[in-house]
This record gives sequence, structure tokens and C-alpha cells, in this order.
Amino acid sequence: MSKKVTAAIVGPGNIGTDLLYKLLRSDTIEPRWMIGVDPASEGLKLASDRGVEASHEGVDWLLKQDELPDLIFEATSAYVHREYAPRYAEAGIRAIDLTPAAVGPAVIPPVNGEAHLDADNVNMITCGGQATIPMVHAVSRVTPVPYAEIVASVSSASAGPGTRANIDEFTRTTSAGVETIGGAERGKAIIILNPAEPPMIMRDTIFCGVSADADRDAISESVVRMARQVQEYVPGYRLLQDPQFDDASPATKGMTKVSIFVEVEGAGDYLPPYAGNLDIMTAAATRVGESIAKEILR
Amino acid sequence: MTAAPVSGVDSSVDALARTWSQTDPSSDLDLRLTDTCLRDGSHHKRHQFVPQEVRDIVGALDEAGIPVIEVTHGDGLGGSSFNYGFSATPEQELIKLAAETAKRARIAFLMLPGVGTKDDIRAAQDNGGQICRIATHCTEADTSGQHFGLARELSLETVGFLMMSHTQSPEVLAKQARIMVDAGCQCVYVVDSAGALVMEGVADRVSALVAEIGNEATIGFHGHENLGLGVANTVIAARAGATQIDGSVRRFGAGAGNTPLEAFIGVADKLGWKTGVDFLQIVDAAEDVVRPAMPEECTLNRMTLMMGYAGVYSSFLKHAGNAAERYDVSGAKILLEAGRRKLIGGQEDQLIDIALMLKAKADANA
Repeated sequence: MSKKVTAAIVGPGNIGTDLLYKLLRSDTIEPRWMIGVDPASEGLKLASDRGVEASHEGVDWLLKQDELPDLIFEATSAYVHREYAPRYAEAGIRAIDLTPAAVGPAVIPPVNGEAHLDADNVNMITCGGQATIPMVHAVSRVTPVPYAEIVASVSSASAGPGTRANIDEFTRTTSAGVETIGGAERGKAIIILNPAEPPMIMRDTIFCGVSADADRDAISESVVRMARQVQEYVPGYRLLQDPQFDDASPATKGMTKVSIFVEVEGAGDYLPPYAGNLDIMTAAATRVGESIAKEILR
Repeated sequence: MTAAPVSGVDSSVDALARTWSQTDPSSDLDLRLTDTCLRDGSHHKRHQFVPQEVRDIVGALDEAGIPVIEVTHGDGLGGSSFNYGFSATPEQELIKLAAETAKRARIAFLMLPGVGTKDDIRAAQDNGGQICRIATHCTEADTSGQHFGLARELSLETVGFLMMSHTQSPEVLAKQARIMVDAGCQCVYVVDSAGALVMEGVADRVSALVAEIGNEATIGFHGHENLGLGVANTVIAARAGATQIDGSVRRFGAGAGNTPLEAFIGVADKLGWKTGVDFLQIVDAAEDVVRPAMPEECTLNRMTLMMGYAGVYSSFLKHAGNAAERYDVSGAKILLEAGRRKLIGGQEDQLIDIALMLKAKADANA
């Protein structure tokens, strides 16, 4: 068996538990600890059932152990991560942050996945960011994008209490990512929680403003190519329609509007496949974690 | 506590169990009205209000005695976008202008968590907005906590909007209202975003909120005309204990429009409910000031009836129309499919996907 780096997952909610299932399959990461604060947590119980050491005594407990993890995957909330990030760094533990805290540089695997392998802390932005920023980049690598806007619709059942209590952090961190990683001059993010039963599969729409003379065929080709790149780690990532182009008008503020429609069906690891938002976040974090692990093991 | 009789009109006294004056002892109003033509009407106007229209409408409504006037992009603060339509004039400028124009009325603004942010609320207050109305889909009240928290910290008056209230039972709505009140909401509205509620459905929901919330907050009702029931539903809501009432003069709102406020004011006069608004003045304002700012009347037609019938979010109207025209498919079918997919407010982007699906189907059959 090849050598693995050790990891702790902090936050045994929807994201943390889904991530656990993926890390249990990893060739390079061994998830050894699952950390929460509620003894009744289902995620802690599931971890324990799978032979992962589970504690409800929080990060303080983890940092007191004789052996510390190489990696911490943070799946709590932006506020919690901002508080603990300095302590992880002090203890020499690399953090992969799945909250919108944005303490470290943002990473989207098919755009800049290899860019920050030596950073103390990397941020996975948000589920909506992971699903849409690749497409903003797909357009901006072809033509300048003065403005991009993303609309993420997720099922209510897949949005945990952390997301709900901190929805501004979602919109702020995602729109910043649309700019810094997506390559738009100005970004905007909108999130909708839809309670329909049976739960809806995550859907995302990406609108990009481009110039009238932008090469539409090249944009479409780049979008299709990007979808394939994301499918390498999220097989259920699908373009629903061909990219749509609307000519510039007062209604588009004088920009040519590119509209890209995406559906994200999850692998069904923890929550059922409708929760593609969890899947794309945890699959991306796993991918980034594995790249960092390979750097550490090298 | 009854309205001054209007000459030529017999007003009877239809006693209300709860009145606004019980909440606000400095007021003698039975019901406190909010006109939302400069917010909900923004949908009908495709978000193209210009400063002069806002100045004129606020001036006329204020003069007639409307106590609260809501001004924002139709989809709330930060709504100016590809998805919902770009504003012709930045909403913060319009809020500022409204606040400068109003002599008595308080200026309200709307925000939807997930669209706007706390920074937008701060800016709206800086521009003179005094009432922060926070809207969530009626099962997602727990996304509003941080915004109510901030609004109260800033000493703004707070209102919570439970949108698409027809989709949930009175019991579920009451629990969601409780979440908002515990977060700092001072008035929870039953919001009939699709104009799909039919009288008893309004009464049951308002009553359930009154039972849950008691005197901890007031209850409001926001109606739409998609089944032609705006005024009737609002009368029923008031009788059930709603003391804050929304409407738009000349129905100027999304879908078939909102409860026509001037008609409700006339009805309230006849029922002996004091609204503080002069009926003759508001009727003149509707005709002479508001109507000229409307691109067309808000009417009951095939599309708007479909929304009330299928329970579709009223703001989808113009977007479904755009997508139908762009892809040469039936707008009514787009709305029906939106209902079938159980889309909620904010998912305007999905109407384009539906239109493309309908077009692909039509092409396949051609």
C-alpha cells in the first residue's frame, strides 16, 4: 500500500460527511479524524462506524492529540474557520477550507488547481463558485468579460444551517471568485434555495457580458471543453443547452450576453444525487487535497 | 376609530379585532398601508423607472396620506442584473430621491437574502430608507437571520415577507413566521406572490400567524390580482388580523398587478376602517400621476390568469414573455412548465431553459 497523508475533517454536517465518503476512497489521503461539537451528530456516528476516530469536543481536542493531521478539511462555517485558521497554521497543519471564509487563495481545479500547492491555507470558494467559475473562465480565456453573473439554484434539503445562517458570505465570496479566478472584471452571484419535493438537482446559469465582435464559435468550443474538464472529477456535471448568444441591446446594458446552463448531479455519496452542490464542492476539495498530498509525499 | 364618512357613501362599521393603532399608540389608523408600485411595479416597468417618475409618484402618494412607500428594484436590493433585468436608474438613487421627496411617508425597501447583501441594507439606510423588508421563499425563513439582526442593530423598522405563501399550509407558515420574529422581524407578511390564494386560504394563513405570533409582531398581507381577488383577499386578511396592508395604486405590480390600493381604500372607507388616506386624492393620483408612468395597464389576460391558476411567481411574467418571443414558443406553456417544475422566486434563468426545451420539442415534431 502506498503511503498516505493523514487528514481531519472539521464539521460533520452535509459537506463534511460527503467529503468523508470521498476521502475514504482516496489513494493519497487517509481521513483519520472527524471533528464536531454535537455528540448527537449523524456525521460523527457515520465516521465512527467506518473506523474514523470521531470527537464532539471540537478542534481544541484535535490540537491536543499527540499526533496531528497533515491536512485539515474545514467544513464548518466562515466564522469558525476564520477563528481557527491561525491555530492550524501555527500547528503546521495545511488547511483546505470548504467554507466561504476566504482566508487563503481560492482554488478551482480546472482553472488554477496546481497554483497554490505550497500554501498554508486554500479556499474552495462555494459550491456555486465551483459549479460556475470554470464557465466564466471558459469564456474569459477566449475574450474579455467586463461583467459576469451566476445564478445557483440548489435544493433546500442540501443547504445546511451553516449555509443558511451565512448566505451573504456565499454571495460575496462567490462574486469575488467570479472576478479573481473566473477572470471577469466585475462579478455578481445569486443563490436560490428551492424546497421542491422531490428535491431538484443543482442547476446553475452563467451569464457573461462580452463584446459584439467576440468569437462565438470559440466561446462555445471553450465552454464544451471546460465541461469535459469538470466531468473528470464530477461525472454528473452537464451542459443543459448550447451556449446562447443575445445581441447587445439596452436590456443587456450594451453587452452581448452569453448564457450557459448547467446541471450538477451528484455521485450520491452522502446525500442523494440531487445534491450536486455538495458533490462538486467535496470532489473539488478532494482533488485539491490529493494534489497537496502528492506534493507533501514527494 | 372609524373613517370620516365620505359624502354620498353609507359607511357601516365592520369592527376589526386588531388595529394598527394598538401597535403604534401614536397612530389612530386601523390599518397601515404600504404602496409598492415603485417596487413591485418595477417588474411591470421592466425596472426602467426614471427619477422624475419616482419624484412625482412619491409626491402624490405622500400628499394623499399613504403612510409607507416602497422603492427598490423589483427583485430587491441588488436585483439589477442580467437575470432580473438591469435598472435604468440605480435603485439607491431612487430611494434617496423618494426619501427627499416624502414629507410624511416612510420609505421602505426590499431585500432578498441570496440576491442582496447587508452592505445594500446599510446603503439604503444611508439614502433615507427607514423600513427594511426582507423576503424569503416561505420555507426558507432561516436565511434571513443575519439581515434582520443587522437591520435591528441599525434601528431600522423590520418587515418579513413569506413569499409564495399559497404553497404551504397555515401551520408551516406560522413556524416560518416564528423564525423571522425570533430573528428580529417586527411584522410578518403573508405574501401571495402568485396571486393564487382564494379568500379562506388567506384567512387561515393570517389567523395561524396571529395565533403563533400574538402581540410579538404585527401581521401583514401582500396580494396579487392574477385571479382577480386582490381586494377581496385583503379585506379577509384584515378581518383575520392583518394590520399592515400592501397594494399598488392602479395595480402597478408584477403579473396582473397588486391589490389596487385606491380600490381597497374606498372599500375600507365603506367598512369604516381608518387608513388615513384621502380616497378622492388617491383616485386622482392613480389616474393622473401613476397611470402615465405605466407602460400599459396591468390586466387579467391569458398569461396572468395562468399564473394565478398554476401558482407561478408573478414576476416571471415579463421574463416568460421575453423567452417566448426570443425562441418562438408559447409563453403560457413556459409558465405552466415553471409551475410543474415548482420554480420559486429568483429562478428567472430557468425560464430560458424551459423555452429552449419547448423549442427543441417543437423542432423535433416539425
